[in-house]
Amino acid sequence: MSDKSISTAPAVQTGNWYEPDAKLKRRYASDRRLRFYGVTAIVFALGMLAALVGTIAVTALPAITQTMVTLDVELPADKIDPADPRSAGYLKLFSDAVARLFPEVDTPKETRELRQLFTSSAQYQLRDMVVADPSLIGKTVAFTFPLSDIGDQLHKGAIDRNLPSDQRRVSDIQIGWYDRLVEQDRITAPFNWGMIFNADSRFPEQAGLWGALVGSFYALLICFLVSFPVGISAAVYLEEFAPKNRWTDIIEVNINNLAAVPSIVFGLLGLAVFLNFFGMPRSAPIVGGLVLSLMTLPTIIIATRAALKAVPPSIREAAIGVGASKMQTVGHHVLPLAMPGILTGTIIGLAQALGETAPLLLIGMNAFITAAPESMFNPSTALPTQIYIWADSPERGFTSRTSAAIIVLLGFLVCMNAIAIYMRKRFERKW
Amino acid sequence: MSATTLLAIVLALSLIGYLWGRANAGALKRAGQGMHSIPAYHGYFVALSCGVPAFLLVLIWLAAQNTIIDSIVLAGLPSYVTDGVESSRMSLIASEIKGIAGGRIFGTPDQALIDAAERYNALRGIASLGMAVCALALAIGGMIYARSRLSPEFRARNRVDNIIRWGLIVCSILAILTTLGIILSLVIESLAFFARVPVFSFLFGLEWSPQTPMRADQVAAAGAFGAVPVFWGTIFISAIAMFVALPVGLFSAIYLVEYANHRVRSVVKPLLEILAGIPTIVYGFFAILTVAPMIREFGISMGLSVASNSALAAGSVMGIMLIPFISSFADDAISAVPQSMRDGSYALGATKAETIRQVLLPAALPGIVGGVLLAVSRAIGETMIVVMAAGLTATLTANPLEGVTTVTVQIVTLLIGDTEFDSPKTLAAFGLGLVLFISTLALNIVALQVVKRYRERYE
Repeated sequence: MSDKSISTAPAVQTGNWYEPDAKLKRRYASDRRLRFYGVTAIVFALGMLAALVGTIAVTALPAITQTMVTLDVELPADKIDPADPRSAGYLKLFSDAVARLFPEVDTPKETRELRQLFTSSAQYQLRDMVVADPSLIGKTVAFTFPLSDIGDQLHKGAIDRNLPSDQRRVSDIQIGWYDRLVEQDRITAPFNWGMIFNADSRFPEQAGLWGALVGSFYALLICFLVSFPVGISAAVYLEEFAPKNRWTDIIEVNINNLAAVPSIVFGLLGLAVFLNFFGMPRSAPIVGGLVLSLMTLPTIIIATRAALKAVPPSIREAAIGVGASKMQTVGHHVLPLAMPGILTGTIIGLAQALGETAPLLLIGMNAFITAAPESMFNPSTALPTQIYIWADSPERGFTSRTSAAIIVLLGFLVCMNAIAIYMRKRFERKW
Repeated sequence: MSATTLLAIVLALSLIGYLWGRANAGALKRAGQGMHSIPAYHGYFVALSCGVPAFLLVLIWLAAQNTIIDSIVLAGLPSYVTDGVESSRMSLIASEIKGIAGGRIFGTPDQALIDAAERYNALRGIASLGMAVCALALAIGGMIYARSRLSPEFRARNRVDNIIRWGLIVCSILAILTTLGIILSLVIESLAFFARVPVFSFLFGLEWSPQTPMRADQVAAAGAFGAVPVFWGTIFISAIAMFVALPVGLFSAIYLVEYANHRVRSVVKPLLEILAGIPTIVYGFFAILTVAPMIREFGISMGLSVASNSALAAGSVMGIMLIPFISSFADDAISAVPQSMRDGSYALGATKAETIRQVLLPAALPGIVGGVLLAVSRAIGETMIVVMAAGLTATLTANPLEGVTTVTVQIVTLLIGDTEFDSPKTLAAFGLGLVLFISTLALNIVALQVVKRYRERYE
């Protein structure tokens, strides 16, 4: 019966009910267009994400290895005092080793060009090797050290040999020496540990992230030590104790607005208050950590309040009912139950703080420092500011190192967010 | 004694105080006294009375110490060093004295400075000794006082709860203090700046060249700090960013809410959110590594001249950063429209697109507008992308292929490597910061108000 009415009714109106008329076609076409725009937008956004991660990963690839060269260096016992191996003339020993390998290089200009193939600190690395192991004195040792940036680029094929020699950074004679080193099997390209365990340097082959990692660790530690207890306390007060009046309203609006203040303004605050007014040391992780903690505070407060709200009132009533004070109720029952949510929010806040650059620039954490900080009061860089410094450096080798540093930073962020997601999935409780 | 060891000692004393108080109260309880509070609370009371005042003293002492010692040392300098010296030079002298005191001696410093350095070291020694003595005295005094209060009737639980409650209040006031600190530091430095450069010529001047050296005989040229080109650059780049982010964010939100099935949504939405979690410095590097050269090559192949730090490159990368921002706000707003409104529209025979355009979007408009306003405020305050990818020179141009500069870029370039607080150059950064703070704050307040109103409508 109903079938019949459906099939007959349109036929009364128009001749051909199942053929949509032109107007309906237009309407359907517009619907398909909107859907197409949506797909295009998503493809564009995800494509950009892929392009961003992809280009940075590809650019970072050369930095995975560092080209090293091995020379046989004589360490004659009469030139090195075993009691004080630090004071020997290692530059001479090193130059002798180079000269033995390339006896035909004698003019000062050629010697300088040859020296440009090797890292500028080779003699210090030789010294450190001997100081670490004095039993080497009197022997001829195989000394492995990095090639310079141009040698590294040459090995990685980043320098086009077919270009005329005045258009590339390596002269023909340098390429010849390099090829000879390759023929003698003296060139190796092991994993670039120096990238992680060296401090910063003007020379790409010696530059590493260690100082920045330590600086970021100290800054995040301070940030956590300050913002975690203070944030939880503030949230507990606002959620569990505060009377609803104008004051608490002001505090609430305030916290919401603080969360949206541009990060650079916090840098201005740190500069004017911590550095200028309190006279704290410039470039120090402790100041960076304090500035970051002020930025992280709103995030933690908002997350904690949400977690506290999720704990059902029956828990509070039960605790009060058996004679707990309000403080005991919160401390013994509500807070522990809300802890997974609070920790998740804290980790996400710390991950944001780890990637934050602008405020650290203003308090001077972009200084050029060639050693890892000994304490949180020493000048230091942080991971993102180190990326900024390297991105600004003109040497070719820094491009891939910047990308590699970004990959390290993104790796930390992915790990932190993964922990946060895991904790949310594992411990979240539905009441 | 360093502050860290001192704090560790205070902490240890509090722990001892806790054990002591608890043991004494426990003894009373075992003696058959009816106690008001359990022994642990008596212990907490002793520990808090011991630790909290000493801890606060150390914090205040540390905060005040440097400023006081500096002023004493500088006041003690002989007059031939200080006479006629500007305050900016004084801070240099102060840091030189500190350098000598720390053993970093360059060249042959003035004998007066060496004396001052010795005085500085002596004062620091006295200060840290004084801090240790006062803090320990306060800690032990607090412990003895608390112990003397211990009795069966003593309401330790109420007292401890009260102390903790005050701690909580102080922590929540810290958020207000942060805002106050921001406002005060920006306003004070800006006032010093506006004393040199009139407000009117700062806000409406058309020429911005703070890097020009100003000799002593040269009056600060009124045109050098005209910030209009800087404001224009900020607005221009933000507009380009919104031009990219708004359609992409909006269309992807529409697709995800109304067209996509559950599986697509559960994959695409987190992926989009990754874009929001990437640090901005990474976007900045992406802009100079990939986007800027691409735009430049494309422009040159079209016969256009493109600056290497074009507004288009910085703006479009910033737009990519803002996509998840817009899409998640639009997503929330469209999802919040009640199902009944969709059903009503479909029942009238409208297609999906018509429902979206004529029913859902108008209903979700306040939420979307709120999100867009927040995104604009993000774009204005965004720093690293523009610092790396936008230009340094302030030009008034509407050509996206030329380089423009922004408020945040200028703040960073004015303040990097320059710690003198008295040059108009440095103070100008705070003037710009104040404008930035006020404009983003206004946008945020309006946005939150708009979002709040739309929530009230449907919940």
